Amino acid sequence: MAKPFTPKVVTANALLEGDVIYQTATGWTRDLTQAEVLTDEADADLRLIDASQQVDLVVGVYLADVDPDPVPQPVHFREAFRAKGPSNYAHGKQETL
Amino acid sequence: MYSYTEFDDAFLAERNAQFRAQVERRIDGSLTEDEFKPLRLMNGLYLQLHAYMLRVAIPYGTLNSTQMHKLADIAEKWDKGYGHFTTRQNIQYNWPQLRDVPDMLDALAEVNMHAIQTSGNTIRNVTADHFAGAAADEVADPRPVAELIRQWSTDHPEFQFLPRKFKVAVSGAPHDRAVIKAHDIGLQIVERDGVLGFQVIVGGGLGRTPMIGKVLYDFVASEDLLPTLEAIVSVYNLLGRRDNKYKARIKITVHENGIDDIRARVDARYALIRPQFTGVDQQMLSRIEADFAKPTFKTAPLDAYTTAYDNDPVFRSWADTNLADHHAPGYAIVSISLKAHGATPGDATAHQMHVMADIAAQYGHDELRISHEQNVILPHVHRNDLPTLHAALKSAGLATANIGLISDIIACPGMDYCALATARSIPIAQEIATRFDELKLEHEVGPLKIKISGCINACGHHHVGHIGILGLDRAGVENYQITLGGDGTQDAAIGERAGPGFSADEIIPAIERLVRGYLDLRSEPTETFLQTYRRLGLAPFKAALYPEARANAA
Repeated sequence: MAKPFTPKVVTANALLEGDVIYQTATGWTRDLTQAEVLTDEADADLRLIDASQQVDLVVGVYLADVDPDPVPQPVHFREAFRAKGPSNYAHGKQETL
Repeated sequence: MYSYTEFDDAFLAERNAQFRAQVERRIDGSLTEDEFKPLRLMNGLYLQLHAYMLRVAIPYGTLNSTQMHKLADIAEKWDKGYGHFTTRQNIQYNWPQLRDVPDMLDALAEVNMHAIQTSGNTIRNVTADHFAGAAADEVADPRPVAELIRQWSTDHPEFQFLPRKFKVAVSGAPHDRAVIKAHDIGLQIVERDGVLGFQVIVGGGLGRTPMIGKVLYDFVASEDLLPTLEAIVSVYNLLGRRDNKYKARIKITVHENGIDDIRARVDARYALIRPQFTGVDQQMLSRIEADFAKPTFKTAPLDAYTTAYDNDPVFRSWADTNLADHHAPGYAIVSISLKAHGATPGDATAHQMHVMADIAAQYGHDELRISHEQNVILPHVHRNDLPTLHAALKSAGLATANIGLISDIIACPGMDYCALATARSIPIAQEIATRFDELKLEHEVGPLKIKISGCINACGHHHVGHIGILGLDRAGVENYQITLGGDGTQDAAIGERAGPGFSADEIIPAIERLVRGYLDLRSEPTETFLQTYRRLGLAPFKAALYPEARANAA
């Protein structure tokens, strides 16, 4: 039996700034909590294809697992660092969060 | 040191203009990421976890003060005010934006620097002994030949698409400070019957399949070196495996075919290409050698040094730990630690870079080096200038007396920055250094090299650490494996895995148990960690690491 589909967001790096971005219903956000959570596998595949076609905006799109409640939160520690920034300096997203 | 010719300047200007146009074409959508990626990598530009990263080559680790000032200016203008010095004598900027990178490369070109071939399946930045030209044990300065290799390998038309990356290191001394046995090619300058030549070692490397390099030739005459290198890389280019990325390095080619088979192939290729080397390279080498003429050393009294050494315990501790023997009387080689307890190994702020550049200009014959151990070296300082120099370093937070000690840790950027990492390295290094500083134990422990990698690729050289730490992802949790007894010197050895890994919370106490275990095991205070390990083997260290296993067995 196939593994049940778990909630995901579409994520990538911005082409110009290189920083981490997440797909919303209408565009992109730099804040994971504002990302669009995808709960249907077919829908997620379509959203991923849509994102990967935006070659002049984003690089390296993929689906990342999230815990959706109450707002999207990272599941894996790698995604937690991407959502926050490095642990040795208060640089990256944590500068503005 | 080497100064660019008109040819070098023109080549770099053209290359930078090409890359500027490529960036523009990427931004306006004419190039896809798949098309752009190999082009940006050829110019040292990665896309990491949080941002782009620009890796700038510091050939054979040698810089002058103007270059160091420029690295600081770039950090201030286009990054977040600091840079990260790496185990391959490069500097990495962690936060550039794509549009700014062509300007950063132009700024580097102003001081004869570039980021070419710091990535991609090419011959990478040629590294060398960071004490080159200064060390008391040196047979000859390895930097002229390293510069010759840089020129030969840069944009070499045959070697732009090798099966995998290719790293060359050169040492001119019997004590190997350049880890030459863990490189694709390691070269050691040796003397035979009064003539200088090269011992050629191939097939070393770390990563997921660590190998100690094997001797291909005991002695290659200077004029035969470049054709020999060309023959080796040429054989590898055809024979190296392109079907499997993990088996593509020359260490696997040598391992699978055997050193004798490789030698026969290199001999055949050499015979074919040797006539093409008509001696132009040797003329170039003589011009390069003139650029590396030794500075004029002064004769001066040592009273200021002696007074400070006898009366200032802080200075004495620093001098005992951070100085190495220089070949010129009255001089010392200064290692500036970029490992202040709790700081990120290898990071320097723009201010610190400016301070080191000024000190080098004033007291150090305008020379600086970057070591593969992520520290900065002032190779030529008269001992009488050391007290003033030490005070200047101290005021910039650069006077940590820990070279070669437990807190002088190599750590790769790990998952705090690197897209390939499986766990973090930097916080582990910070916590170990902070812990042993609290315990005030590190001088008692003595020489001990801890090296930390955040993934199997081993940028942090964990396989050759006396204590190696490898960070992995075990079912979504950071986990750290310990290896023991590794050695990156002339007695190179790959560390042995100690046993099951530790969580991020458990790893610092585990290292503390291990080090306390060593203090109990050593035969006398002068027996180092590595000597004790070699005398006793893994078992007693393992018992110190895993006390519960011992209790369960009892």
